[in-house]
Amino acid sequence: MTLLVAAAAVPSVDAASQPSCYSRLVNEWFCLDYVQDRQSQILDALLQHVAITLAAVVLGVVVALPLALLARRFPRLETGVLGVSTGLYTVPSLALFPLLVPFTGLSPVTVVIGLALYALTVLVRAMLEGLRAVPEDVLESGRGLGYGPTRLLLKVELPLALPVVMAGLRVATVSTVALTTVGSLVAYGGLGNLISEGVSTDFRAQLLTAAVLCVVLAVVLDVVIVVLQRLLTPWTRGVRA
Amino acid sequence: MTVLVDMWAYLTDGGNWSGSGGMLQLLGQQLLLTVTALLVAVAVGLPVALWLGHLGRGGFLAINISNVGRAVPTFALLALLVTADFPGTDTLGPYGRAGLATLIALTLFALPPIITNAYVAVREVPADVVQAATGMGMSGRQRFVRVELPLALPLVVSGVRLALVQVWATATIAALVAGPGLGRVITDGFFRTDYGKGLAGAVVVAAVALVLEGLAALVQRAVRPVPTGPPAGDAGPDGHGHASSAAGVEASSA
Repeated sequence: MTLLVAAAAVPSVDAASQPSCYSRLVNEWFCLDYVQDRQSQILDALLQHVAITLAAVVLGVVVALPLALLARRFPRLETGVLGVSTGLYTVPSLALFPLLVPFTGLSPVTVVIGLALYALTVLVRAMLEGLRAVPEDVLESGRGLGYGPTRLLLKVELPLALPVVMAGLRVATVSTVALTTVGSLVAYGGLGNLISEGVSTDFRAQLLTAAVLCVVLAVVLDVVIVVLQRLLTPWTRGVRA
Repeated sequence: MTVLVDMWAYLTDGGNWSGSGGMLQLLGQQLLLTVTALLVAVAVGLPVALWLGHLGRGGFLAINISNVGRAVPTFALLALLVTADFPGTDTLGPYGRAGLATLIALTLFALPPIITNAYVAVREVPADVVQAATGMGMSGRQRFVRVELPLALPLVVSGVRLALVQVWATATIAALVAGPGLGRVITDGFFRTDYGKGLAGAVVVAAVALVLEGLAALVQRAVRPVPTGPPAGDAGPDGHGHASSAAGVEASSA
């Protein structure tokens, strides 16, 4: 709706003076007018992008943690878990979304589940590595203090695994931001929708704006995770300095 | 679930495979794109990365290129290249419309894993092995060719393997900008709400991806210095021992 209003309103204002930098005639790559005029459309796409990315990463974490714990507990399962998730990772994203459609339909759920499956590979590996990196003597002293398995996991193992897990989370998040664009295949690609629309209508300002926003979003989320990690693991700061 | 029936019907209809625009032709296009992009990336990236690794410099750059590359959506880069005037608006031989743009994007995306892995691989050759080689009077060049390269090979190959799978996956996305390849079947199916066709394309793409991954895994196994033993670091009592054992296996497998 907003798109129609904006599109209808703009030419009547600009046609009188001179073609705006995003008109058919000029079609410039950088165009601030476009960003201002289509603010709401861009914001909607950005919000959809953020929502899909976050939902996918959160779902990935929620599924990856029990899988990682299971794989650590039962070494036999480990090859299976890692094998299946790596196999999934091999399937191209443009192929994965159609494969999910019979089960989830043309909805954001398709994109979220698909991206979560990709994030899973990275996250399960990171969690396994993180948990393995916890020194045995630290675990011993935890047990010596009378910690049961659950308390040991929550109070000792998970916090100490955090730096490695967070490194995996950074990789997963950044690549999820990039992959979300492919969701435009099923019409839920966030900024990817702007990109595919830009390609089909040969609209450069829209294309570049969406592409730049994607990269900026990836960088911002990366920084947020780094800050979060510093807050959650205050003990690593002293070591590094 | 009628979609699955449609998909099966599409896959088993020989007419969909043969002829111009058939799936076999698209498969060929995509394989051609993938292999070309990979070869270009290997030809450009590998020598530079190996040399940087040998010198022990430029690692910061190599690793960071790979991280920045991850943040740039393939789709966005492809879209930018296609919409820009110079490449890809015309047909490019067997690569089809948007072929050059796709080729450029694919090559760029193949570079990070190749460069990062090759650099790290050479850097991770144990320092005592390199010292032993120097002690035996090897020149920098000899050390690189006869010691560092054979020991680094498995990791280098795993980088190329990673790149291969990524390039195949990315080549599918080219269809979103009307590029060549099997992605066409998927996007056509979706844009014409013929989901059976879209699904058929996805199945073929996914199957080929798994086959490529399997083949690459076999190649990688073949170049491993010590096929079924402990990792290379434990192979010999001293640096000299495991350098020579690695070289020996390399020669026998060649």
